[in-house]
Amino acid sequence: MARTREALLLLLDVSPSMHSVLPDVEKLCSRLIQKKLIYGKNHEVGVILFGTEETENELTKEVGGYEHVKVLQDIKVVDGHLVQSLKHLPQGTCAGDFLDAIVVGVDMLIKKYGETYKGKKHLCLITDALCPLKDPDVGTKEDQVSTIARQMVAFGLRMKNIVVRASLSGEPHMRVIIENDNLLNIFSKKSSAKTLFVDSTTSLRGARKTRDISPVTIFRGDLELSEKMKIKVWVYKKTGEEKFPTLKKYSDKAPSTDKFATHEVKVDYEYKSVEDPSKVVPPEQRIKGYRYGPQVVPISSAEWEAVKFKPEKSVKLLGFTDASNILRHYYMKDVNLFIAEPGNSRATVAVSALARAMKEMNKVAIVRCVWRQGQQSVVVGVLTPNVSEKINIPDSFYFNVLPFAEDVREFQFPSFSKFPVSWQPNEQQQEAADNLVKMLDLAPSGKGEILQPELTPNPALERFYHHLELKSEHQDAAPPPLDDSLKKITEPDPTLLAESQSAIDAFCGQFVIKENPKLKKSTRRFLREKPSGSDEPNGDGSVSDAQAVNSMESKPVVTVDKIGDLTPIQDFEAMMSRRDCPDWVDKAIEDMKNKIFGLLENSNEGINYPKAVELLVALRKGCILEQVYLSVSFFLLWFAFAFWDNSCLNDMSSIVTFSYAS
Amino acid sequence: MELDPDDVFRDDDEESDNEFYQEHEATKEYVVYLVDASPKMFSTTCPAEDQTDETHFHIAVSCIAQSLKTQIINRLYDEVAICFFNTRKKKNLQDLNGVFVFNVAEREQLDRPTARFIKEFDHIEESFEKEIGSQYGIVSGSRENSLYNALWVAQGLLRKGSSKTADKRILLFTNEDDPFGSIKGAAKNDMTRTTMQRAKDAQDLGISIELLPLSPPDEEFKVSHFYADMIGLEGDDLALFMPSAGQKLEDMKDQLRKRMFSKRIVKRISFIIANGLSIELNTYALIRPTVPGAITWLDSVTNHPLKTERSFICADTGALMQEPAKRFQPYKGENIKFSVQELSEIKRVSTGHLRLHGFKPLSYLKDYHNLRPSTFVFPSDKEVVGSTCIFIALHRSMLRLNRFAVAFYGNPSNPRLVALVAQDEIVRAGGQVEPPGMHMIYLPYSDDIRPVEELHSDTDAVPRASDDEVKKAAALMKRIDLKDFSVCQFANPSLQRHYAVLQALALEEDDMPEIKDETVPDEEGMARPGVVKAVEEFKLSVYGDNYDEEGDVKVSEASRKRKAATENAAKECANYDWADLADKGKLKEMTVQELKLYLMAHNLSTTGRKETLISRILTHMGK
Repeated sequence: MARTREALLLLLDVSPSMHSVLPDVEKLCSRLIQKKLIYGKNHEVGVILFGTEETENELTKEVGGYEHVKVLQDIKVVDGHLVQSLKHLPQGTCAGDFLDAIVVGVDMLIKKYGETYKGKKHLCLITDALCPLKDPDVGTKEDQVSTIARQMVAFGLRMKNIVVRASLSGEPHMRVIIENDNLLNIFSKKSSAKTLFVDSTTSLRGARKTRDISPVTIFRGDLELSEKMKIKVWVYKKTGEEKFPTLKKYSDKAPSTDKFATHEVKVDYEYKSVEDPSKVVPPEQRIKGYRYGPQVVPISSAEWEAVKFKPEKSVKLLGFTDASNILRHYYMKDVNLFIAEPGNSRATVAVSALARAMKEMNKVAIVRCVWRQGQQSVVVGVLTPNVSEKINIPDSFYFNVLPFAEDVREFQFPSFSKFPVSWQPNEQQQEAADNLVKMLDLAPSGKGEILQPELTPNPALERFYHHLELKSEHQDAAPPPLDDSLKKITEPDPTLLAESQSAIDAFCGQFVIKENPKLKKSTRRFLREKPSGSDEPNGDGSVSDAQAVNSMESKPVVTVDKIGDLTPIQDFEAMMSRRDCPDWVDKAIEDMKNKIFGLLENSNEGINYPKAVELLVALRKGCILEQVYLSVSFFLLWFAFAFWDNSCLNDMSSIVTFSYAS
Repeated sequence: MELDPDDVFRDDDEESDNEFYQEHEATKEYVVYLVDASPKMFSTTCPAEDQTDETHFHIAVSCIAQSLKTQIINRLYDEVAICFFNTRKKKNLQDLNGVFVFNVAEREQLDRPTARFIKEFDHIEESFEKEIGSQYGIVSGSRENSLYNALWVAQGLLRKGSSKTADKRILLFTNEDDPFGSIKGAAKNDMTRTTMQRAKDAQDLGISIELLPLSPPDEEFKVSHFYADMIGLEGDDLALFMPSAGQKLEDMKDQLRKRMFSKRIVKRISFIIANGLSIELNTYALIRPTVPGAITWLDSVTNHPLKTERSFICADTGALMQEPAKRFQPYKGENIKFSVQELSEIKRVSTGHLRLHGFKPLSYLKDYHNLRPSTFVFPSDKEVVGSTCIFIALHRSMLRLNRFAVAFYGNPSNPRLVALVAQDEIVRAGGQVEPPGMHMIYLPYSDDIRPVEELHSDTDAVPRASDDEVKKAAALMKRIDLKDFSVCQFANPSLQRHYAVLQALALEEDDMPEIKDETVPDEEGMARPGVVKAVEEFKLSVYGDNYDEEGDVKVSEASRKRKAATENAAKECANYDWADLADKGKLKEMTVQELKLYLMAHNLSTTGRKETLISRILTHMGK
């Protein structure tokens, strides 16, 4: 199949200025080859080094020139040796002329494949483009580049340039850099070449996709704005998680002498009746059962087939809405891309008009999609504009799946403002936080974005392939540690931290955190904090109140043995529920009565009355729960008297009813 | 192997725990439906939607039936009982007069609803007069008080379970606003008082009583006569009660079938900020795709549940073996073996914590930086005191400065870079729409992002919309504007259909219910002249006036060839008398090429062996 054929030519700069990043170049390239060994065994790869001491290429033999360009490997089908040879690239001693390397590369590809080869032909250039290029014999460098670019287009060659500029500061060759960048730019404009500037080894490792997946559309058809207006679109996957390769189960049963053993394991499933495990049911005799209440309802697939939801294949617009109505965290899945049907200029204009209008007005489109005929569900999602900066790339939409009503769980969380004051940051703390957020900047202006997802490799997968390679040499190799470039993904970059050290120190100085020492002793600690209206008065906590969370460490866990002033209701409830001795209940009631009397007697102008009523309600409730039929009538009479003209009369009525009933 | 849908996004070590500042949430609900069955419930009617009159009793019963059907899917573990009062016959544990507890076999009185329970309750009206009967329970001259009895029975039913773990409710349906209206003097006072006391006692035990009053169209249910005191209504609430009660009744009928999940912490993680400062966070799954419930495989002959047993067989020797501890990957011509421990060790590139890298402006979070549903994080002071304070400070700063945090989440199964996006609390109409906290968005790696935009690009400039065309599109957008669009306004039609079918099959209903698909475009709205005009204008501006649906499309090489081949085949095919050939059994003698002519001409698949082709032709001919 032509689709699976692919030729790749690596053009690697090994000149002295590249030496510091060569280990990462080696790793990137070997990962590329490793994945080809697993996923694309027929792919063909060649390697050209430039900036080398020696010169070794066809062109130099034929026409001369092209010095310091060495063909490390001719284009051939990938094999294990290539991984080996890429692991230790020779360090060059001369300046590397990337243009020479490109010419040699293009020449090799054209000689080998001509125009008839159906597969993809790629060049991948990795350089720092710091060395000045030689002037051509005729014309300018720009002319030369244009000529090469034309050749590349004619033969369908694609090129990706990765320019590594790890430490640009104090670079003396500014003129050279500008010239080189300009030349690379011409490539991008005149051919389908892409140039990527990376400023860290971490980004370098993610700069070239190590596995090319041939894109397949998931939908081709109409985007229906209405019955009358349709736009022809194609839909591709924009993101898709690259998974670990699926490893097979290994069987060691075959004798070691058996050269043809597959070592594979077959997994068999047997279905047995739960009640009678000796009875085996053949798979086709099974039927699906769905729970309905406590029962399971058997439903055959034929029955389902007859009644299932079968929407028609279509993509329909439901309407536009303000972008602010769709919060970012509602995106449910990997992302798709809607592009106008390639070659259809009117559809391209229609998509472009919508995308640009959406961007201008800050709107998004809501669409209903059924990608395939026979699909049994619909997807509602949001189209957001992707307005292209480059003149040769059309405008498009990103598509994200939105949740249905059933998918959103309405859990309630407390407002931050409802938390105790001690949990709220004060002004200095807030300032320190603001400062930290500003200083710990991963996208500083004037510099590249750090940890850009597009340039960040998957550290776990990198590690797997590294391990795989190690294991192919030594069966017992241990998983390798992450190298420095990958560590910058899993851990913050120490140099960045050092830059914002003052902000970090200030932040850490502002906040105090403590391990909660009480946690091990009593997990019921938190019951103290329950609103006392809750129906479980079994807190065993200390005599502390809500604000004392931070000061609690110093106090040991004590059981309540008297009703305190801060939280009398909780204390009362705690005492009532003490089960170590039945006397506690009586003591609690007695204490509570005294407390109420105390409140009333010391009350100035009735300010303690509401509190007293609260206590009384709690006392009454406790009595009901404990089924203590105490005689409180005298108590109530006294109380009623004291409250006669008070606004708390409403609360009284319930108490009076209670006494009346008992 | 079927996975429990709830398990798919769950992480390894999770536990459910109530945080101290979270409101106490009961895990299940016990409900007793108390339905007045007095003759008045049967004699008073309301006009229904379809212009026929419905009795109040019918309204109450169908409302409960609807509610049960929703509940059996939404909240599997809730328990219900249905109890009629003012009945002729009695059936209850206390053996009180005028109260009848409806139940079916194999079910306790207060229990989870079963299909049979729902089904029989659906037909209660047909058998009601015969089996239960209606009769006024409160008549002057008698000491009987059916309302008092009903409350007592309901309270008795709800004795089960602790009020800590279950939310206990009595829902009272009646159209009598003054139950003791027929009684005079001291007897009335006495009855009122004792009934009130009964209700209070129930409420003191943590049972809430809710009233669902039914009133005839011309007469208002005067809640102040009696019930206001019982359910504790005062002042403004009193005035608002009737409209809200009407709404409640509607809501009960119209509930969405939606599986409810109790709030639980998926995982506790520590968030390492810097300098060894780390705070404690809890993660929650707020948005996850809901799938139809788990499948239980049954034996289609006996309908008994099956269990699946796995066995491992060595492909080389055929020997039965234990689950192998090693996996292998063919590489460089040999099998590279990995132990399961090694594989998990490889994935453990970081400790299981969340490590802060730094912050970026929100504009750096692109729309395509997404892979899976987000996870919500909320701070906790349970183990590390001071966490909440730090979290709130960062949360505010991020909102104020429009930045999101980038962190590495070393989840052992799938370590990823994540974006933490601060979300302010949004409260609308007294309800929390968005809780305050941060959403953790899983970011793709470079290999997860595909440069598909560039796929069809060449060096030529592509067409772009002109300003005028953009303006027309903007005008269109203003016309088709969904004003208060909210992401969860649509129910999943496929899931709702599933539940409806399940219910129909479980209850052996005859006709399949039709489910309204809310996701189809609003045809009426689209047909409004303003919208049609805007669409027309946009179409004209981008497509021009001589637009031909297919004309503009470059037909691909392959499809043109295919088309030509089909046409050719149709011509060639006509040269044979297929029916005759088939009858004489001569198809076998023909070449595959010839057979394919027929298949191509009739738009059939041309794959497979010769026998397959022949049988396909015969099937097509109907032979």
